[in-house]
Amino acid sequence: MIKILKYSFYDLMRSRWSYVYFIFYLLLGFVLLFLNNDVSKAVITLMNVIIVLVPLIGTIFGVMYYYNSREFTELLLAQPIKRSSIFLGQYLGVAFSLTLSLVLGLGIPFVLYGLFGSNVIWDFSLLLVTGAFLTLIFTALAFNIAISNENKIKGFGYAVLLWLFLAVIYDGLFLMSLIILEDYPLDTFSLVASMLNPIDLSRTLILLKLDISALLGYTGAVFKKFFGTDFGLFVSIAILLLWTILPIFRLAYKANRKDF
Amino acid sequence: MIQVNDLHKKFGKNQVLQGLDLSIDNGGIFAVLGPNGSGKTTLIKSILGMVIPNKGDISVQGNRVKTKWKYRKEINYLPQIANFPGNLKVKELISMIMDLRQKPVDAEKLIAQFNLEPHLNKKLATLSGGTKQKVNIVLAFMFDSPLYILDEPTTGLDPNALIQLKQLLDQEKKNGKMILITSHILQFVEEVADEVIYLLEGKIYFKGSIADLRKKTGKDNFEHAIAAIASQSND
Repeated sequence: MIKILKYSFYDLMRSRWSYVYFIFYLLLGFVLLFLNNDVSKAVITLMNVIIVLVPLIGTIFGVMYYYNSREFTELLLAQPIKRSSIFLGQYLGVAFSLTLSLVLGLGIPFVLYGLFGSNVIWDFSLLLVTGAFLTLIFTALAFNIAISNENKIKGFGYAVLLWLFLAVIYDGLFLMSLIILEDYPLDTFSLVASMLNPIDLSRTLILLKLDISALLGYTGAVFKKFFGTDFGLFVSIAILLLWTILPIFRLAYKANRKDF
Repeated sequence: MIQVNDLHKKFGKNQVLQGLDLSIDNGGIFAVLGPNGSGKTTLIKSILGMVIPNKGDISVQGNRVKTKWKYRKEINYLPQIANFPGNLKVKELISMIMDLRQKPVDAEKLIAQFNLEPHLNKKLATLSGGTKQKVNIVLAFMFDSPLYILDEPTTGLDPNALIQLKQLLDQEKKNGKMILITSHILQFVEEVADEVIYLLEGKIYFKGSIADLRKKTGKDNFEHAIAAIASQSND
């Protein structure tokens, strides 16, 4: 698996898109920091970008890579390599190179700005950790969609729909259900609902870490009481891990049963 | 060495293999023939573990294909359509496969034999179909394995390369290798094959030497004999 990972990673490191992605974050980091002059605000703006963009890029890259490397995959399948290693290696190659672009692209401007001197280093690290998780999760979901759909167009369609659902539609449904059910106590419901979606969960985690939960009113207080504690953080990370591991398992399972 | 028992495979509603039994123990060149859609490629891919049968059992050198992927170390496979990752150079592809298989190789001789030196630094996407097929052949023959599986090896080859391929096959046969070939070019099959395995409607319809086939059909011409078994089955 390590060898496949290595080759996929090299292959992607040679591709133009990895650099475009990297330079995008580099520019974003520099612009936000040096125009804003306030690290805390820069982190919030970055969060808003990362929460939407990272899943989108992860999904598109994952689906694209899977379909583009089909021939290569077929070549590998005839070699003495375990099937699941081929697909997991490719998946990790994509996910790692995307994570690297994200972490380096944002990390470099922040380090140059003097991040280690400021006390937002934890907020910033949390931002990068959730960004990395979102990359791992959405790339895994994309691979799952791609392996289940022989038709490229369908695969792309489902992948974009999935992103749209989790990034936009889910929130809409969530808000609507809050309005419809406003006569009932909704603390637990909203807590659970925002934990089930990795994008919402990441957003909540970062927002509460930034101590602006006072803006969120009563629900914010409930959230703060839960997510603010070590237990809340632990549960959140556990759920992000689950979101990562379950699709990976399904990928390995599917890979072992597919005809090529 | 290859043992196939009661192999069934369905793609959607299309039943491709239905109860195929095959057993090959000795070396030599075996041509797998049959009309389009008779299940040649499916059989080959099942032996390689790329297609997972609905029912039945395959073992290669005593290893069951389903569970032990390591048996593929002993197989050199030449895929039907030579599609490689386009942004790799020929040289890189060869060294990558060498790295993945970790077996002694003899690539230089083959590269020289097929005149591939001028192409080593070119990207695979820029090669012509025939040149890609030559690369394909080098990849398949550079390892020393007891079993070779070649799916339409002659596609796109020029006459010179075809002669080289025949020499290679001859030489590996003399080394006692077992070679499975599918091809639609009967002249080539007649020249190289020791035995013919004729697939029809997902089963083996005929297995034996070319001489047996001639005797069975009463035709002297190999092409006519093949056509005759296809039409006999329709009666």
